[in-house]
Amino acid sequence: MSWLRVGLLATLGALVLNLLPAWRTGLGPVRQPVAVPGAQLPRQFGAPVYAPAQNPPNRPAFELGRRLFYDARLSADGRVSCGSCHRQALAFASPEHLSRGVGGLLGLRNAPALQNLRWRRTFFADGGPKHLETLPLAPLTNPREMGTTLADALAKLNADSTYARQFAAVYGQRPISSYQLLRALAQFTAALTSANSRYDRAVRHEAAAQLTAPEQRGQALFRAKCGSCHATELFTDGSFRNNGLNRRFPQDSGRVVVTFLLTDRGRFAVPSLRNVARTAPYMHDGRFSTLAQVLAHYDHGIVDSPTLDPIFRGPNGRLGIPLTAAGQRDLLAFLGTLTDEAFCQNQDFADPNRPVTSRSANLAVRVR
Amino acid sequence: MATQLLGAGQPAPRRGQRFGRPLLAVLVGWSLVSGCAKAPEPAANTGNLYLELEPTVGTAPLVLGNTAYPNGNGEQFTISTFKYYLSNVQLHRADGTQYAVPDSYILVDAAQPASQHVALHDIPAGTYTGLSFVVGVDSARNVAGAQTGALDPVKGMFWDWNSGYIFVRLEGTSPASVTGRYKYAIMGFQRPFNTLRTIAPAFGGATVAVSPQHEPEVHLEVDVQKMFVGPSPMRFATVYDSEGGPSSVQIANNYAAGMFTVEHIHPN
Repeated sequence: MSWLRVGLLATLGALVLNLLPAWRTGLGPVRQPVAVPGAQLPRQFGAPVYAPAQNPPNRPAFELGRRLFYDARLSADGRVSCGSCHRQALAFASPEHLSRGVGGLLGLRNAPALQNLRWRRTFFADGGPKHLETLPLAPLTNPREMGTTLADALAKLNADSTYARQFAAVYGQRPISSYQLLRALAQFTAALTSANSRYDRAVRHEAAAQLTAPEQRGQALFRAKCGSCHATELFTDGSFRNNGLNRRFPQDSGRVVVTFLLTDRGRFAVPSLRNVARTAPYMHDGRFSTLAQVLAHYDHGIVDSPTLDPIFRGPNGRLGIPLTAAGQRDLLAFLGTLTDEAFCQNQDFADPNRPVTSRSANLAVRVR
Repeated sequence: MATQLLGAGQPAPRRGQRFGRPLLAVLVGWSLVSGCAKAPEPAANTGNLYLELEPTVGTAPLVLGNTAYPNGNGEQFTISTFKYYLSNVQLHRADGTQYAVPDSYILVDAAQPASQHVALHDIPAGTYTGLSFVVGVDSARNVAGAQTGALDPVKGMFWDWNSGYIFVRLEGTSPASVTGRYKYAIMGFQRPFNTLRTIAPAFGGATVAVSPQHEPEVHLEVDVQKMFVGPSPMRFATVYDSEGGPSSVQIANNYAAGMFTVEHIHPN
């Protein structure tokens, strides 16, 4: 038999096999696809950085990623999962000032909200990670977070027959590789789209979604005073700025650790303000417990330093953004309209072993 | 036989996977390899080329562990780890054209001698007068998400909190370092601290003839001492830790100035 012919037969076989998992998981022509969370992209966010075509949304892969996100066994002491710090009821932010990792160790920063990650070019307060797929390697291996190694995490996954079966059903090849792990996690994290707050419904002119008078005044004030940085429908311009938290930055110097540029000292990523009423405490170090404190900081708490963003330099050397008491009340009212209850309670995003209950939703309100 | 091939196959990866259809490649590749083993029928117009990368420190062979070497600046050091990436390998022809070896991402690890013997397959037959490669991983692949093969982050060469690959990793001890140890992780692909360097070690007038009948081997010396001498002399007393930034750029400038040299070429 000619070896060429064998090669051709193998190729044909591979093509047939290629179609099998698609059929098995319901993506193929046999079964209609089931709606996959996050597959619909809100038009107002513009073109995503991490387009769905790069990792086509697929229910079994999404469910795998969801399970991984909430699996504490991946950490060194078996007690910390991604979901430990990133709590759905809080738009996947943490109520703790600093994140708490293996052995109860405190991290250096407040765990940020996870939402609309498809549209981000960089991640973390310093913008170090530059791709959604490779981002989880940082918390996984950080000794103050999950404290493990990639090899150990993969060994645990491969020793688990359920994971082995689920990964094989989605990705084919065994053993479970870092590629499969990271792609599955990205199926989940990329799906965390939040665009259904009362603000969004008001923008869409939905019935009973109109903003109140204080909220509308707050919106106008927000656009005028905050909108240059918290820009676009994502409520961030994606830049890094020094917002006057410190004179020097001895604990955490921000973006300079990534770029080595002294002009980046004290600069941190401008966060999205979607779900901001849920994501307390605030700033990279969680120093402010309430939004009122945040507004007070911008009004009269700005500290000068060489890299302070020029936007905070007013006439006559005044620092900050002057806000009246009434203006601050209106701003708080408007920021409250950015909460996306459906996102924070979406069963698709919940810990598969502990779905969101009305009790945890109440807890979220209490924390706020 | 076909049954056996299919039996060895695993369910194929999903569509949209970045590397297309690895299973297909494996099966086709295997059928070719098996074919060669039994009845050599190499394609008429391609051949293989081998790179042998021999690590040295000055003129001494590099031995991992307790062997002390001079760094060329009056300091002694030992080496526990020496790993580096080569990528974007190109073969140059006398007429000024090049052949770019597709998807060439190579991780060389002094602790794994086999990794120092690099096979480049399916090179178009012809005469080549030079060679060039990037030391490191081209900027695009640093931020292209999950990777496999030599670029799999499990290889320990991915810097997770500031994404990008470590292009060259050299670690060990030195009495000149205040900590007694040193860790050089040369990385960074963004200006002004871009450490990617393209190297074209001269063949010195020699040529390499690739054909189905000839599998030449280019023997390169990789002199670690060149990381310390060159445009920016590097001392452990001042730099015992480099993780990107200005010191990494200086070290990259040093190794770009002569760490890789062609020692000889076996026409085979």
